[in-house]
Amino acid sequence: MAQTYRLARGGRIDRASPIAMRFNGTTIEGYAGDTIASALLANGIHFVARSFKYHRPRGIFSHGSEEPNGLFAVDRGGARIDPNTRATTTEAVNGLSLRSQNHWPSLALDVGAAVDVFSALFAAGFYYKTFMWPRSFWRQIYEPAIRAAAGLGRAPTAPDPDRYQHAHAHCDVLVVGAGPAGLAAALAASESDKRVILADEQAEMGGSLLHDMSSTIDGSSPWSWLEQTLARLHSRSNVQLLPRTTAFGYYNHNHLGLLQRVTDHLVNPHPSGPRERLWQVRAGEVVLATGAHERPLVFPGNDRPGIMLAESLRVFANRYGVLPGQRAVIATSGASAYTVAADLLAVGVQVTIVDVRRHQDCAVEAAALRGAGCEVLAGHTVLSSRGRKRVNALLIAPIEAAGPIGARRLLPCDCVGLSGGWTPAVHLFSQSRGKLTFDRKLDAFLPEASVRGESSAGAVRGSYQLSACLAQGWRAGAAAAGLTRERHFKASATRTGFEPVRLLPAANRQGHAFVDLQNDVTANDIGLAVREGFRSIEHVKRYTTAGMATDQGKTSNMNVIGLVAKTLGAAVPDIGTTTFRPPYTPVTFGALAGPSRGRLFEPVRTPPAHAWAVRHGAIFEDVGQWKRARAFPRANEDLQAAVTREVTAVRTSAGILDASTLGKIEVVGADAAEFLDRMYTNRLSRLAPGRCRYALLLKEDGYVFDDGVVARLTRDRFHVTTTTGGAARVLQHMEEYLQTEWPELAVYLTSVTEQYATIAVQGPKARQILAPLVEELDLATQAFPHMSVRTATICGLACRLFRVSFTGELGYEINVPADYGQALWDALIESGKALGITPYGTEAMHVLRAEKGFIIVGQETDGTVAPDDLGLAGLIGRGKADFVGLRSLARPDLVAPGRKQLVGLASEDARTVLEEGAQILADPSEPLPMRSHGHVTSSYWSPSCHQPIALALIADGRSRIGQRLHATTPAGVVAVQVRDPIFFDPTGARVHG
Amino acid sequence: MLLIPCPYCGPRPEIEFRCGGEAHIARPQDPAKVDDAAWGDYLFLRTNPKGVHAERWVHTHGCRRWFNALRDTLSDRILATHAVGERRPDPPR
Amino acid sequence: MHRFSLGTLIAGAVLGEHRAQPQWRSPPPKSAYAAVIVGGGGHGLGTAYYLAKEHGVRDVAVLEKGWIGGGNTGRNTTIIRSNYLQQESAAIYEHALRLWEGLARELNYNVMFSQRGVLMLAHNDHDVHSLKRHVYANRLNGIDNEWLTPQEAKAICPPLNIAPTVRYPVVGAALQRRGGVARHDAVAWGYARAADAMGVDIIENCEVLGFMRDPRGAVAGLETSRGPIRAARVGIVAAGHTSVVLARAGLKLPLESFPLQALVSEPVKPVFPSVVMSNTIHAYISQSDKGELVIGAGTDQYISYSQQGGLHIAAHTLAAICELFPQFSRLRMLRNWGGIVDVTPDRSPIIGLTPIPGLYVNCGWGTGGFKATPGSAHVFAHTIATGEPHSIAAPFAIDRFSTGRLIDEAAAAAVAH
Repeated sequence: MAQTYRLARGGRIDRASPIAMRFNGTTIEGYAGDTIASALLANGIHFVARSFKYHRPRGIFSHGSEEPNGLFAVDRGGARIDPNTRATTTEAVNGLSLRSQNHWPSLALDVGAAVDVFSALFAAGFYYKTFMWPRSFWRQIYEPAIRAAAGLGRAPTAPDPDRYQHAHAHCDVLVVGAGPAGLAAALAASESDKRVILADEQAEMGGSLLHDMSSTIDGSSPWSWLEQTLARLHSRSNVQLLPRTTAFGYYNHNHLGLLQRVTDHLVNPHPSGPRERLWQVRAGEVVLATGAHERPLVFPGNDRPGIMLAESLRVFANRYGVLPGQRAVIATSGASAYTVAADLLAVGVQVTIVDVRRHQDCAVEAAALRGAGCEVLAGHTVLSSRGRKRVNALLIAPIEAAGPIGARRLLPCDCVGLSGGWTPAVHLFSQSRGKLTFDRKLDAFLPEASVRGESSAGAVRGSYQLSACLAQGWRAGAAAAGLTRERHFKASATRTGFEPVRLLPAANRQGHAFVDLQNDVTANDIGLAVREGFRSIEHVKRYTTAGMATDQGKTSNMNVIGLVAKTLGAAVPDIGTTTFRPPYTPVTFGALAGPSRGRLFEPVRTPPAHAWAVRHGAIFEDVGQWKRARAFPRANEDLQAAVTREVTAVRTSAGILDASTLGKIEVVGADAAEFLDRMYTNRLSRLAPGRCRYALLLKEDGYVFDDGVVARLTRDRFHVTTTTGGAARVLQHMEEYLQTEWPELAVYLTSVTEQYATIAVQGPKARQILAPLVEELDLATQAFPHMSVRTATICGLACRLFRVSFTGELGYEINVPADYGQALWDALIESGKALGITPYGTEAMHVLRAEKGFIIVGQETDGTVAPDDLGLAGLIGRGKADFVGLRSLARPDLVAPGRKQLVGLASEDARTVLEEGAQILADPSEPLPMRSHGHVTSSYWSPSCHQPIALALIADGRSRIGQRLHATTPAGVVAVQVRDPIFFDPTGARVHG
Repeated sequence: MLLIPCPYCGPRPEIEFRCGGEAHIARPQDPAKVDDAAWGDYLFLRTNPKGVHAERWVHTHGCRRWFNALRDTLSDRILATHAVGERRPDPPR
Repeated sequence: MHRFSLGTLIAGAVLGEHRAQPQWRSPPPKSAYAAVIVGGGGHGLGTAYYLAKEHGVRDVAVLEKGWIGGGNTGRNTTIIRSNYLQQESAAIYEHALRLWEGLARELNYNVMFSQRGVLMLAHNDHDVHSLKRHVYANRLNGIDNEWLTPQEAKAICPPLNIAPTVRYPVVGAALQRRGGVARHDAVAWGYARAADAMGVDIIENCEVLGFMRDPRGAVAGLETSRGPIRAARVGIVAAGHTSVVLARAGLKLPLESFPLQALVSEPVKPVFPSVVMSNTIHAYISQSDKGELVIGAGTDQYISYSQQGGLHIAAHTLAAICELFPQFSRLRMLRNWGGIVDVTPDRSPIIGLTPIPGLYVNCGWGTGGFKATPGSAHVFAHTIATGEPHSIAAPFAIDRFSTGRLIDEAAAAAVAH
């Protein structure tokens, strides 16, 4: 289509850069600098959308982020499809494809429009009152139908190919909004040496100056003043200008979220660059110059294509060089519309003004237009509109002095501007938790008391005079930067002032008078809600859905509040506003997620022998952030076969495990032993240097929190291990007690998890494998018994050598500096080759320890398990008066009979490997609900015992050893024998081997 | 996200810290002498006020030191922070 | 009560909305009631409803500081399920679920309970173990819950990414088919309308300032911002503000109030047929009747009554959502809000008597309150009416914090070795 509605001259578009886009398959033309909305209008396309509920034809209604109607699926190629994209804020780019939404089969012919015919049935809240009969219909018929009708666009189905970035910034002054007030604020603040950021949501900075053809500032035209001002700001090194950047959220302590659109306006963006950037700015001071939104007038049929906000007519004409129509009617209750009329007249549009106010209340602005060929019908109301897919007339009538409606008159037109006054955009201010106050004269909620570090300037404060905006902006910017410098701007007068009208006067109410266009909420809906008892504004909003559409009610909020007040006969401030929540405009999920995707979603931690494991075909499991080798299957081996081979190797020769993920904490100081006594259940002060002990850590509630080996290296130095997942929280737990309960203790805690690689060598041949590599240390049991620690030298490396076992076999854990972990691993493999050394993974480790009845914290425990429940009461140091958690062990429920206790289970059929998590029953024939006697915590096939083994927590378990119980399985139940949890080597002789 | 003035490091973003809950809940000197109800109260009972709250924070990803803060739980404003053992300042008006 | 039916709906459409009647009255408070409920959320309004309906106690007032349903009732992600691990929890949530299933007709108010199924994802062995434990435990209690392979889970929820190559692959899932979502506001309004019809006074903008006690120390009434109101039985159901209200009676409970965030996307056509939750990745998501993806985020780490959390919480949640559903990355967050949840040390509620005779409390629901609404209200009404805890509520008494008989739902989610 051709740009039949493009003016011959004017606008800020680049006529040298033509572009072409597709709209519902038809080519439309435009210029660089257009938005999708201005391009559509330039091509004479006014009917662009169907409404949410009634599927009514809709056109572009505004020129900015308040747009309720013009939402499209924008296709940027590939999987880059964005539903619900606002035409008024999306820059036109060559090659874009736009599709209208929410209709079937097409925009022009939409079956859903039938709803409009029966719309009286679908008044506010209708769905709460119906769809209940018959009951089964809800799920089968009603709900699917409601859902299919709801929603707007279609969500993409393919993964988003674009990247998003996060940026964090600190500044002294953040100015939000680059209209006159914001520009003045940035100018003032940047005269200091403070860091200033100026952010504006539009492609071009300037705000209202971008469509102002008639004002003057200090003798300059608005455009030339803007050019000079932006040049000055650009030249200052302490200023960062962020156009296309919406400040969407104002959070605690001056932390603001800003969304910068980086590439959507580019035809060929750099493929590796981010599409959008989320800025998180911590600002010393914030100046909010967020402007105001125009209010529509509410009358039946105020939603036809061709009807838009009055100021938007001016924007499309002046800024984009688009002729909004040939014959315009401007319906208004305020003065600013007269400036719109003047500007439209200047580009050759025939204009009639219908002013709701009486003659004497609009005489000044009416006089200014006298002789311009513009009819001004003061004291008139609009009764309805005509036209199907585009407005073609307004039905108007005079409002007689006594109140009744006079003779009707049809005003032919092809576009209509509505101006019901202005609503300051206090969203961010309100999010900052500043207090709002209602100004009766301005009919607006305005910023009153700021929280610290914030000030507002310009239209957001209800100051609509250009000179006042500039002056306030300057003052706010200067104050934010700590300057007292004054500056006076001389600007021409702005037409301001309006009379709030909630609903245009009419003799009777017929047809839909829309308050919220996107959600199809009418004035009647608001009245109905109030009459049904929904008096709070939040109730009205939720019952009618007014203000809950994707525009978040930017054009409707004040009209809704006003209508509620009017219906209740209350004052507006008594109704109050709904809460302003972030975001100001919708924010892409991907931008909020930022780089936290894929591998960076959560960083992957790998132990030193990870690369070796990858090379040797290991399969891995996630343990917290760690990737641990689960098993090393050989060709044609499944997991079970590999685990069986690995377990058997450990039992018969030796296995090697990368245990570096274990948490390691060094506890040092004169009071280290005393401190550990207070933290652990065990009495660790009696531990001799060179010895280790398996120890339990409880939380103050008495439940097992972590376990590990505490090794005493010297009198005042301990090396403590924790579980893999517990490393960070155990250190935190210890630090908390040390610093906040016992600061008098001389103890230092240092995490050395990352500093040491830990390689475990376990099995009867472990000593033989180790011996050739260790210098000057007698590995014989008499010299270096089980549960001992030595500092030694291995392969020339200083090491901490532990003789410990989590397998029940003779075993060592060798700690060397992490960077040498792989080298040590290689040396051990080499040394053990002839002896059958076998790398084993976490699965074999689990089986080996379960055969021995050793617990794993987090598997046998779940935060409700006390030491005695595990049969580990022996780890409580006898006679200890106190340690963390001791007192809780004496609470009634912890000493009551019937607690679940750790036992072993053997399937009676000697075949079934139980499922971990299976429940234990005494009588499988009991009717539902059945009593659970406990659950299976660990379960494996045991290669050493040649049978399935399981550990379970069972009520009074230890006294039930020998009994027959049942465990649930996917197929039903299986009989199990309760037994001692130690399945292999019950005397524990092998560790001493 | 809060901006928390660590007494040792200065103002830092909240994600560097961990909140340790209500402050000044003293661990009984001799827990064995405390009855079940009192011990339960020590473990679990919290003031949870709407207004000024004395609470503990630890600068986990910084100096790793614990400290105390006074924060208004309605406005989330931090009124003061101080080192463990230092006298608790009066909340500024 | 003016009953809703197809006939009344058509009549309203034809004859005009001016005939509409208030769904509940807005009476001034009387000077005395048989029982007063403090807190006009779903739990409080439901308690009043069941007091009137099941116990014949109709001289009841519900006092609400703001507007009814304005707290967590209207701020949650509307998920309903009963597949809890501990027997006591499963009992009360299942009690609620059964009431949910008939609630629309019971109240003659469509609360749009949509039994879309709740999928809980397992991402590692530990999750598998934990979720299977849930499945088995639930089935013993007659609660539906089943274990699914990743492929079966994807059949239930086609947008799910089950590729084994992602950072936390889906290795299985537990599905409760009877779980789902409901229209949260309608629950408050439906109970309000039905309770009002039986004579319950719903009094908004009425803040409790203090408690009156009789010479024996028992509760005798309340000082409120709308004057004194006498009542011998008072039930506190004030969710995040429970500590504040009880402080006025000199009582302290093991509660902490945290801001909990949630958010919705812009509305899109039906794309997400079930509820999906992942503990490991910290994400839960469903799609509302209106088409918005409803996403639960986490709590901030500090107590607060501000209903406003940090941006990093929502950002973290959306990272998890984009990880599970990379096709949703281009959708946009439309609204992000916070509620104040009152959390107990064992993440289970406190329901029952207090040390003050005549004063009852129902609180500590944390993030689980909405789904429990009818069940919680039902057993609490019993407790207030009889002065004795309902058998389902008995395990949730306050004394468990000194005996140690905690009902720890966080337990099975303990982090792996």
